[in-house]
Amino acid sequence: MPTSLALATQAILEPACLDDKHLEQIMGGLLSRQVDYADIYFQSSKVESWVLEDGIIKEGNFNIEKGAGLRAVSGEKTGFAYIDEIEMPSLLEAANTACAIARAGQHKSQPISNQTVSPNLYQPINPLGTMEQSQKIELLRSLDAQARKQDPRVSQVIVSLVAVHDTVLIYSNSGHLSSDVRPLVRVNVSVIVEDKGRREQGSSGGGARTGLDYFLEQDRALGFARKAVQQALVNLEAVSAPAGMMPVVLGSGWPGVLLHEAVGHGLEGDFNRKGTSAFSGRMGEKVASDLCTVVDDGTLENRRGSLNIDDEGIASENTVLIENGILKGYMQDTMNARLMKTRSTGNGRRESYAHLPMPRMTNTYMLAGQSDPEEIIRSVDKGLFAVNFGGGQVDITSGKFVFSASEAYLIEKGKITHPVKGATLVGDGPEVMTQISMVGNDLELDSGVGVCGKEGQSVPVGVGQPTLKIDNLTVGGTDA
Amino acid sequence: MPEKLEQLKQVVEDILSQARSQGASAAEAGVSATNGIATTVRLGETETIEHNSDNGMGITVYFGQRKGSASTTDLSPEAIKQTVEAACHIARFTTDDPYSGLANAEEMLAEQPDLDLYHPWDITVDQAIDLALACETAALETDSRIQNSEGASLNTARGFHVYGNSHGFLGAYPSTRHSLSCSVLAQDGNSMQRDYWYDTSRLPEQLATPESIGKKTAERTLARLNPRKLKTRTVPVIFRSDVAPSLLRSFINAIRGSSLYRKSTFMLDKLGQQVFPEHITISENPLLAQGLGSSAYDSDGVATRARKIVENGILNSYVLDAYSSRKLGMANTGNAGGVRNLSISQSDKTFDDLLREMQTGLVVTEMMGQGVNPVTGDYSRGAAGFWVENGEIQYPVDEITIAGNLRDMFSMLSFTGNDTDNPGSIKTGSWLVEKMTIAGD
Repeated sequence: MPTSLALATQAILEPACLDDKHLEQIMGGLLSRQVDYADIYFQSSKVESWVLEDGIIKEGNFNIEKGAGLRAVSGEKTGFAYIDEIEMPSLLEAANTACAIARAGQHKSQPISNQTVSPNLYQPINPLGTMEQSQKIELLRSLDAQARKQDPRVSQVIVSLVAVHDTVLIYSNSGHLSSDVRPLVRVNVSVIVEDKGRREQGSSGGGARTGLDYFLEQDRALGFARKAVQQALVNLEAVSAPAGMMPVVLGSGWPGVLLHEAVGHGLEGDFNRKGTSAFSGRMGEKVASDLCTVVDDGTLENRRGSLNIDDEGIASENTVLIENGILKGYMQDTMNARLMKTRSTGNGRRESYAHLPMPRMTNTYMLAGQSDPEEIIRSVDKGLFAVNFGGGQVDITSGKFVFSASEAYLIEKGKITHPVKGATLVGDGPEVMTQISMVGNDLELDSGVGVCGKEGQSVPVGVGQPTLKIDNLTVGGTDA
Repeated sequence: MPEKLEQLKQVVEDILSQARSQGASAAEAGVSATNGIATTVRLGETETIEHNSDNGMGITVYFGQRKGSASTTDLSPEAIKQTVEAACHIARFTTDDPYSGLANAEEMLAEQPDLDLYHPWDITVDQAIDLALACETAALETDSRIQNSEGASLNTARGFHVYGNSHGFLGAYPSTRHSLSCSVLAQDGNSMQRDYWYDTSRLPEQLATPESIGKKTAERTLARLNPRKLKTRTVPVIFRSDVAPSLLRSFINAIRGSSLYRKSTFMLDKLGQQVFPEHITISENPLLAQGLGSSAYDSDGVATRARKIVENGILNSYVLDAYSSRKLGMANTGNAGGVRNLSISQSDKTFDDLLREMQTGLVVTEMMGQGVNPVTGDYSRGAAGFWVENGEIQYPVDEITIAGNLRDMFSMLSFTGNDTDNPGSIKTGSWLVEKMTIAGD
């Protein structure tokens, strides 16, 4: 198989008739003033998506995004310009525009050195071509059929399939030319069930950085269809969620979105450099219970949040954020690392060439503990067991976070009893981490569905955790 | 400016003719090009200068009742050719859908009015930075507890938009948008809070002054310091006018065609019924001159028109486009791409009058999280705001949730205030809702 660099050159530079000499000339333009750091980010992205609804293949879409972003950094100042057409005159003009932020002066550019040491956490394939179109259609239809045969109360099924073929080429003023070919596939099934006039929804899905045949392995996609129906049926039986403070047990896997919101964002380098995070200046302090060790790991094979290299060409790492309750590390990109006098942890990410990179999470999860998950449930007299969530949000300054359960149950006298609906959890990030009193031995990562938004930019991420118990958390239901 | 639009019109015509020669029985295409600058300052220094230039083209082709779509950011002839071919290829695999296709020819906008949306700002990067600096400085100088900042930004953009379809409709217009925003942090003991404010307009001269935006940012942030939690209880709630648009958006989502034909909304079969109290009327005014949401045609090319969606509390009409109106067997309301310039009727009560009317309860100034269930209307979101007693604000609160059902919240909307002067395309005063459940300690 060709290397990602060969593929990136072929996809991006060759059609524009650009070679190393041209790249050095553009970099020369970016360095025509006193800049500390500069890079050129080339991207070619193709996305294909299909939607089945009402039993028919209703939508199909093919999207091409191609362009280059040019950045010059001087101290805390960043100049940025991007273009949709990859051609020399536009690139040179953008270089000129971007570096105008810096004082006059000149930096010498380094000759290009190819950085080919990047790991192979996923294959540099084009997932759009890993299945015939007719097979993709067949897959959608089989999921529709699977969902409908689960239960006669299923009234609506929507199935979507998305394949992304993203190729990036990054050239920085150090002279390094690095590249990555990032496949990403995703399937989602959402259903509506109807019974005696009451309607509820359920959804399930997953994905990875691999080809589409992933969904056929181990009955995976059919499992999403079954799970979506099951979740909707549970909600059909659900009673109003309780309101007030109570112990909350979070299930393993996707509920790790709590960590993402409650602590993850607060440990991103930019917020801490600026002193705007509730975790600012707390390095080395106890910020969570002893049971908590949290990492951000971009090096897991084929995971949705994984990256061979980040969007600044730095290899992904497994960064320990919190170890046995002690704050150990922040997630850094190049600029924030330089200003905080540390090194990048390979967390510099951007939505596309038309956006500036910033410190972002990859796969963020808590390591397994000692407790048997059943023992955790048994320990609760009256509380909530939340196994699935819609989404969450955090105010990194005040530390307050919110997230909404899409599947949750009451725990009464150590037993799971009724399903409840409309439960929203609200708390304080630093505070909630100290309230974790039991951590299960059942670490699980999510099925590959996470999208993280920050300052208007979306990137794919992973989350995960074992089953865990929070002694006291506010549950916002209607049943006061 | 006219040259740019003419050039894009030509691109759209070329795309449509390529689709025809590929055998498509009908096609529609949209092309847009925007460019601008975005500058950010922080703690008195320039932080970023971004030069934005975004192009985009999208096409949908129909082969009888089958359709395929494709889009690209690359407007080179080669990329456009590939994109049209991709859309046609996709259409080979979709299924016949009796409701698909262009909107009816007779519904196309006949003559395009000038909605006065184009007012470019000839501003240099240095001038933009100076305005952002003035804004941030005003915020930082308001109070010694304002000790940190996320900065102030000035953005200006101009865009050119063309849409055409094989009925022969070809619409085109230019637009501009300018905005100035600020976000600062206040600290008092262990309490650290952050808030923001902004203004946005089609016309540079209609933007609020940098000083007023900075000062308002500081005041909003200071007011949040040292929040308390509340005990779990049921009380009346005021949604301040800057968060009330979110409730109107939830309402519009619930009466959107796609929610209705999927039966995925709590507002199913409510046409002609009382869904708000009698004093409420909700209007859409897409032809508003200089309006932030204005457009004379929707994204199907259908002429838009002013109308009352809710009148005297009764649901008059849904929000439909070509596809959903056919599927529901109803008249098209010209809402492909959403509603434009929404507003809700107001009483003569000021915000302070609403506080006095409420006497004891919660003012919500921020909502967090996605706790809105569109199928059932169940509503449970994180909130921050102020506790009110004796008709006066007592102290800030946070780390609570508010919960209820949208259906009840709409029918228990006792008053809307006259404080409708917020930026944005949705005009609403604050909402006083009779009761909701607060969860806290």
